[in-house]
Amino acid sequence: MAATARDLSKVESVIQLKDVNKWFGQFHVLTDINLDVKEGEKIVICGPSGSGKSTLIRCINRLEEHQRGDIIVHGVTLSNDVKNIEAIRREVGMVFQSFNLFPHLTILDNLTLAPIWVKKTPKKEAEEIAMSLLNRVRIPEQALKYPGQLSGGQQQRVAIARALCMRPKIMLFDEPTSALDPEMVKEVLDVMIELAREGMTMICVTHEMGFARAVADRVIFMDRGEIVEQNEPEEFFANPRNERTKLFLGQILHNH
Amino acid sequence: MTDIMPVGERQPIAPPVDETGPLGWARKNLFSSWGNGITTIVLIGAVGWILAWFLDWALFTANFTASTGAECRGSGACWALIREKYRYIFFGSFPYEQHWRPLFAVIAMLAMLVMSADRRMWNWRLLVIWGVGSFVTFLLMFGQIHIPLSLILFVAVVGGAIGLTLRSALAAANERAAYYALIGIGIVGLALRIAGVLPKWSIAIAPLSYVETSLWGGLPVTLILATYGLAFAFPYGILLALGRRSNLPLIKGLCVGFIELIRGVPLISLLIMASVMLPLFLPSGTTIDKFLRAQVAVILFAGAYIAEVIRGGLQSLPKGQFEAADAMGLNYLQKTLLIILPQALRVVIPPLINTFIGFFKDTSLVLIIGIFDFLNTANQALVDPNWAGFPGEVYLFAAFVYFIFCFSMSRYSKYLEVELNKGTRR
Ligand SMILES: Nc1ncnc2c1ncn2[C@@H]1O[C@H](COP(=O)(O)OP(=O)(O)OP(=O)(O)O)[C@@H](O)[C@H]1O
Ligand SMILES: [Mg+2]
Repeated sequence: MAATARDLSKVESVIQLKDVNKWFGQFHVLTDINLDVKEGEKIVICGPSGSGKSTLIRCINRLEEHQRGDIIVHGVTLSNDVKNIEAIRREVGMVFQSFNLFPHLTILDNLTLAPIWVKKTPKKEAEEIAMSLLNRVRIPEQALKYPGQLSGGQQQRVAIARALCMRPKIMLFDEPTSALDPEMVKEVLDVMIELAREGMTMICVTHEMGFARAVADRVIFMDRGEIVEQNEPEEFFANPRNERTKLFLGQILHNH
Repeated sequence: MTDIMPVGERQPIAPPVDETGPLGWARKNLFSSWGNGITTIVLIGAVGWILAWFLDWALFTANFTASTGAECRGSGACWALIREKYRYIFFGSFPYEQHWRPLFAVIAMLAMLVMSADRRMWNWRLLVIWGVGSFVTFLLMFGQIHIPLSLILFVAVVGGAIGLTLRSALAAANERAAYYALIGIGIVGLALRIAGVLPKWSIAIAPLSYVETSLWGGLPVTLILATYGLAFAFPYGILLALGRRSNLPLIKGLCVGFIELIRGVPLISLLIMASVMLPLFLPSGTTIDKFLRAQVAVILFAGAYIAEVIRGGLQSLPKGQFEAADAMGLNYLQKTLLIILPQALRVVIPPLINTFIGFFKDTSLVLIIGIFDFLNTANQALVDPNWAGFPGEVYLFAAFVYFIFCFSMSRYSKYLEVELNKGTRR
């Protein structure tokens, strides 16, 4: 099962959220979020639609700006300082629900763009890294195609490889499989499970409970902008304590 | 994926053949019903009749050889007028025996445009093409060019800065050192020049007699106004469009204000302002060439329209593209140049070329401030009392020349769309 054998309390925190609050206009979307993520930890976040899951992980790489509280990533406190933000984004990879590959660039160029321009990796070296990552996600033969010529599952695997090209320390996933046809979900989850096994720190918004059971150290349930409950996956699924968690689990387990 | 399933015993089946042929096609598309058939016949008849009348006028009864307008009367089109006046129409008041100069200037500009139309040239080569092309064009038109030292130094600074920003990631150490050296030499040189240490020196390239802009006319004028008008208005429009979407209120406000102001005013009034009012504001003694003023007015005007077209393209991009670029740690310049603009510009090729075509024709409005562009020289050709009374021929001829240019642009738009979207669509 998951890396529960390791004593996580002795490992350093790589992400800390302290009393984070965020509003969209008058709407209080995140309320007093406290979260500590240790190095190598895998966290799955679930919760009903509109509960603020995406907003939460998008605050971690500053795609959204929080208004109160502190977010510390790798020892750097997020602020409006552009240099800080760019430094954090180099360390944090993100995979989106809708892939967001660049349609005007080939797969290979999608992968080498950030290493070349952000990390100043020489082009040849960047291409070697890219090809090895494409091998890892099992689509090296697509390197010279354009995103529009790939299936959804292939595109999402490219998106994962693209994020990995920057050699990030942390990976954020925002519902990476929910835009995919059922038969493609597995190929993406397999890549993510492999990644988890290699020790990547991961925060993953998903409703794939099989994935949570297989790799998560902790499952977090969010509702109405709050963290309602969190626990190890076994416990979380077997004995949910909060009523809202029970209701939610009842719904999604019923549907699956 | 790309694996092909074994076909086995199954014989490949050819797609159904279209058995109809041209006759079948006509029956299906032109004569599918009584009403349809009658419409087709009436339309063909009408087109044939007009065509016959036109050919009769323009070719069979036309006069190609008359030496005065009087001889032309009574026959069809008087193409003899064009034959008599074409050099004036094409080159205006440029000294007659020097007409080879604007002719080669036009050829140089066309070569420059045709070469830059090729996508493979869209890199450093484009700068070389435009540098050489422009130099040849203006050397031929002016006859003499003086390049002041300060301009050379300024170009060095700008060139170095552009090289440094655009190639910051890719340049090797010595390439970067070269850019720094360019900037350094440029800045030190400019400082010394301003301090008066360096003399007011310029390179004079003067192989031909000087011809001032007030004598320029005809096709080269139209081409220069349109080519350089659009060449400058395009990057300027991109900056305006980006500025309009900026988060900085001051920049945004300036760009919105400029765009709305320019769009709310007819080009003619802008041209008149540039030609009549601008000199009033300048300190006495300084003059800016009238041609240059018209050129600047065209650039400002076209820039505002191009900006709005490009803004449409920027808005059509999904938010995810911006977010993905941000999440990868690209900075604003990288995000804009590598991700946003390449996509936004592809989307707006048809409306952009449409705007270009519009402006190519709108340059003819400079006749209002007494610049002799192609339409204006054509107009002037009618003034000759010997040849009075044949405006149709002259305007038809002018229209034909404009049409060649505009139609080429339109075809190019089509080609570009296909070329740039190769592979990117499923
Ligand atoms: N840019 C925005 N402006 C205003 N409101 C927003 C914005 N983005 C999200 N919201 C609102 O904030 C709430 C939380 O959104 P969020 O996308 O974080 O939910 P989620 O938990 O990811 O939901 P889902 O499972 O549907 O993706 C929603 O009610 C949404 O309508
Ligand atoms: Mg979401």
